[in-house]
Amino acid sequence: MKYGFIIGVIMMNTFALNAAKSNEFYDPVSTVMTHISDANEFHIWKGVHLPLPCFLYAPSSGWTIMSSGQFDHGHKAVDRYVLNHGRVNRISADHFPMGKVEIGEILHKEITDENGKVKEVAYVIYDGEDFILDKPSTLDGGILGGGITSFYDFSITKNVFTMLLSAVLLIIVFILVAKGYRENHGKSPKGIQSLFEVMFVFIRDEVTKPMIGEDKYERFQPFIMTLFFFILFCNLFGLIPFFPGGVNITGNLAVTFTLAIFTFIVTNINGNKHYWEHVFWMPGIPGWVKIILTPVEIMALFIKPFSLMIRLFANISAGHIIILSLIGLIFLFGDNGNSVGGAAVGGVIGMLFTAFMNLIELLVAFLQAFIFAILSASYIGAAVEDHHHEEAH
Amino acid sequence: MKTIIFLADLDVIKPDPGLILWTTVVFLLIYFVLGKLAFKPIQSALKEREDNIQDALDEAKKAREAMASLKSENEALLKEAQEERSKMLKDARDMSTSILNEAKAKAKEEAKAIVLNAKEEIENQKLAAVTQVKNELGIMVIDLAEKVLRKNLKGDKEQEEYVAKLVDELKMN
Repeated sequence: MKYGFIIGVIMMNTFALNAAKSNEFYDPVSTVMTHISDANEFHIWKGVHLPLPCFLYAPSSGWTIMSSGQFDHGHKAVDRYVLNHGRVNRISADHFPMGKVEIGEILHKEITDENGKVKEVAYVIYDGEDFILDKPSTLDGGILGGGITSFYDFSITKNVFTMLLSAVLLIIVFILVAKGYRENHGKSPKGIQSLFEVMFVFIRDEVTKPMIGEDKYERFQPFIMTLFFFILFCNLFGLIPFFPGGVNITGNLAVTFTLAIFTFIVTNINGNKHYWEHVFWMPGIPGWVKIILTPVEIMALFIKPFSLMIRLFANISAGHIIILSLIGLIFLFGDNGNSVGGAAVGGVIGMLFTAFMNLIELLVAFLQAFIFAILSASYIGAAVEDHHHEEAH
Repeated sequence: MKTIIFLADLDVIKPDPGLILWTTVVFLLIYFVLGKLAFKPIQSALKEREDNIQDALDEAKKAREAMASLKSENEALLKEAQEERSKMLKDARDMSTSILNEAKAKAKEEAKAIVLNAKEEIENQKLAAVTQVKNELGIMVIDLAEKVLRKNLKGDKEQEEYVAKLVDELKMN
């Protein structure tokens, strides 16, 4: 235990000194944001990256399929695409040459757009001219600082890579579990089968059965199980501190949005007559209340999956941010590598808190998967429930 | 200033269509593959096992009940047998007593009859003896009379002494 700390502190100090040597000022916010963001290459160790396949679509030039290794970590532009902090960006200017082009450092400047809004943009200088980089399109319509740009990124990113990995692991694990049921037919469960039987039975008896109802739960059980185990595996992969883990999959709004949309679709296509009656014209209450209640109920249809989306995203992102911030203490206390003693103090404090946070995050990984599953099940349960008690309203 | 950069850099809140597409693909893949190959078979296997356990429990309960009823039946049978045995014993005892009593009564009667017979016999014998004595006495008397008659009896006194002498002789016989 003691030696572990000492080794850890020495390792942290080495990092701190490396940071100092690379002559970069340590910016905790951008470091954390880069770590939790998606990327087109997988950073494994200092200077070691796993290149990932890129599927890029620009309406003006069509599909570009390539490996992110060709960008040479941002030093080369390929068919106007550039790797900016691990993420593919595109130079939208038509007179920038296609093919592989050597580019200089990616720089940042502030510009005023047509609406008079000041924003920071990244640019490269080529042939004495500034070329502004477009970020990949996002579907927030500009509300969250994104929006549709000149291209779309459908690459196997770091998030997608780990998501696929966790999906493969999940499928292998459950095929082994299912095999266990065939082989140990009529016998008690063994090995991995017993481990997952506990979780399976827990989700069945605590989530699907009570929330959806004894007679209907079996139809929705595969959906709820998929939600629970997919979220759980992604959460747990995010907690592994080294390759192929440490990826903030379920702390990305796109992922939680997709999962929430699935719940929304499954809930509403299975909604029965009573469910829609309760949404649009709640029975058993005066007419003027209905006028207020109906818009509220219609809003609730969307707020429910919205809350699912935000809850999972915020919990997982927050966990990652806290752990990264605690690790960042080493660099802050170490004054960017100038104070080894400070780094040691930061290392000890940071490690203790990180160990503690990791345990909390382990709980959160299970808890958030469970909450997503149980709330989805309760929404589905409300949509398919038979109402025998009209007077109850 | 810093906040603007912060928001601008927070990529995780901007829904990326690529990530949405891949999440959809991966989710559906897991749903269809595991739904068919794992979740449904596991559910049915678990259900089957639970039904088996329930059946086994029910059967055990039934067997226990059957055993209990069998036991009470046995007890009833045993009790009955015991009752019968004691009844038989009592009957036997009664019968033996009655036989004994009967035998006693009979023996008493027989004894009485024997005694009676004996008494009669004794009476008869006595009568016969008396008769014989009478007869012999008569003969003796006749003899005596004859002897008296044969001797010439002179006086009454002499006669009386003589008779007494004869009687004494008789007694001595």
